[in-house]
Amino acid sequence: MLLSPTTALLLFALAAPIALLVLYSFWTQSGFNVDTQPTLVQYATVFTREGYRTLFLRSVAISSVVTLVTVALAYPIAYFVAFRVQRAKFTWLLLLTIPFWTSYLLRVFAWKVILGFNGVINSGLISLGLISRPLEFLLYNPTAVVVTMAHTYAAFAILPIYVSLEKIDRSLLEAAADLGDGPFRRFMRVTLPLSLPGIIGAAVLIFVPTTGDYVTPSLVGGSDGVMIANLIQVQFGRVNNWPLGAALAISSMAAVGIIAVSVTQAARLAVARIR
Amino acid sequence: MNGARHRQWGGGLAIYAFAYLAFLYIPVLLLPLFSFNDSLFIAFPLRGFTTKWYAAMAADTQMRAALWNTLKVGATASLVSTILGLLAAKALTQSAPLPSRGFVLGFANLSLFIPEIVIGIALLILMTSVGLPLSLTSVVIGHVLICLPFALLVLMSRLEGFDSSLEEASRDLGENAWMTFWRVTFPLVLPGIIASLLLTFIVSFDDFMLAFFLCGTDTTLPVYIFGELRFPYKLPNVLALGAAILIASAALIALAEWARRLGAEGAARDRVIGA
Repeated sequence: MLLSPTTALLLFALAAPIALLVLYSFWTQSGFNVDTQPTLVQYATVFTREGYRTLFLRSVAISSVVTLVTVALAYPIAYFVAFRVQRAKFTWLLLLTIPFWTSYLLRVFAWKVILGFNGVINSGLISLGLISRPLEFLLYNPTAVVVTMAHTYAAFAILPIYVSLEKIDRSLLEAAADLGDGPFRRFMRVTLPLSLPGIIGAAVLIFVPTTGDYVTPSLVGGSDGVMIANLIQVQFGRVNNWPLGAALAISSMAAVGIIAVSVTQAARLAVARIR
Repeated sequence: MNGARHRQWGGGLAIYAFAYLAFLYIPVLLLPLFSFNDSLFIAFPLRGFTTKWYAAMAADTQMRAALWNTLKVGATASLVSTILGLLAAKALTQSAPLPSRGFVLGFANLSLFIPEIVIGIALLILMTSVGLPLSLTSVVIGHVLICLPFALLVLMSRLEGFDSSLEEASRDLGENAWMTFWRVTFPLVLPGIIASLLLTFIVSFDDFMLAFFLCGTDTTLPVYIFGELRFPYKLPNVLALGAAILIASAALIALAEWARRLGAEGAARDRVIGA
């Protein structure tokens, strides 16, 4: 009984809208109205138009790089807090999560300010006399998107990895050392495999939302950094073709889901074999 | 194990940890720095100290309206999601686990794994399908949905260590269900409720994507800021606003974490007493 208000909300605000979205993807736009005759024409457009495929592949590529970079940068920090910090753990965790809670939009904006043509880096380097003309390769490209996302999604990597490292039974590490493993072998054979659930969790938490990120590509991506979310938004805005937008959203979500699940399973299997 | 080499590793890790903190904080702290800079351009060298951008910000009536909208939405969404979360957390942490426990939890957390843009367009389609005009109410519905996982996380961890014999004792002493809740359960869960209210408020206050699709003409602050970013001459005002938001949300988060920790310690103590 206590669950019924929450269930009602979830049915109304999550299940029903997603069902409607799926339904819309089988309809067609005619002027300002939608034609509810079911058809696969939207999906045909999604899969055959080359521009869409390029954009989708680029989104997946950017998100994959973001996931790798963010996890690789965050792992040592999570390791440091879990194994090296003794008393100030709470303070460290708080320090690492505060930026995550401060406005996402403003953090992306900060990177636009940093990387811009007349931005912080360029003006700083010029006033130090290190360069004479602003560097143009900083902003409005996929790299800018990756750097910005590695910053904005940092907490999604740090926290799950930290939790899985913290759970590791310390006596296993002692056992490995007693049996003659050096620090490196011990890390590879005990710590890393046992922290894998955290790494996988972090990867999913970063990969899935970044493929659908709209703000970052809009503000720092430029025309080479446009991602699938920008295309979806345009269908609900300027172009006003909701069924096509729905089909784009459903198919990219399905594809991202399939990629996430298969990579996760492959990682689990690979580690099971190494062990 | 080689002790000296081990310590050296530790030292390297600590240096990396502080460098990473710099990577997290410097971009964010640039906003307050340049918000006091007497120049229309966000660039080095700094031109001199001014508070005129803050004065301009305070005089901006559109911005004040957007702020007021955001506060209304945030207060409503945090209250509703915390109440729903409390009821659901109570049901989900009962000593006899519900058969639907896993399903409901998965359903409630599902929104974390769906890109925000997809939730945004799906809710947009729902609103037009049921004929609800786009307004702050539709934003609140979306925000309650994305706030719910956070409310559940905080409240369930608070309720998990809860000693139900306290409630039984209250009932045995003749209190009805409502008074038992009010005099026994509520005070014990209060730190969790405060933490949940603050965290969900921040989630709602921060959200751009859902409000972007759902607010209609009732602009919220992030939507307003996103619109302002197109005009270079308005950037300093955005900086001042951003600096104010950063400091306010960092303070709220520190408060929420403090309340949650108070709660966690309380829960641990209850368990010890119970045993």
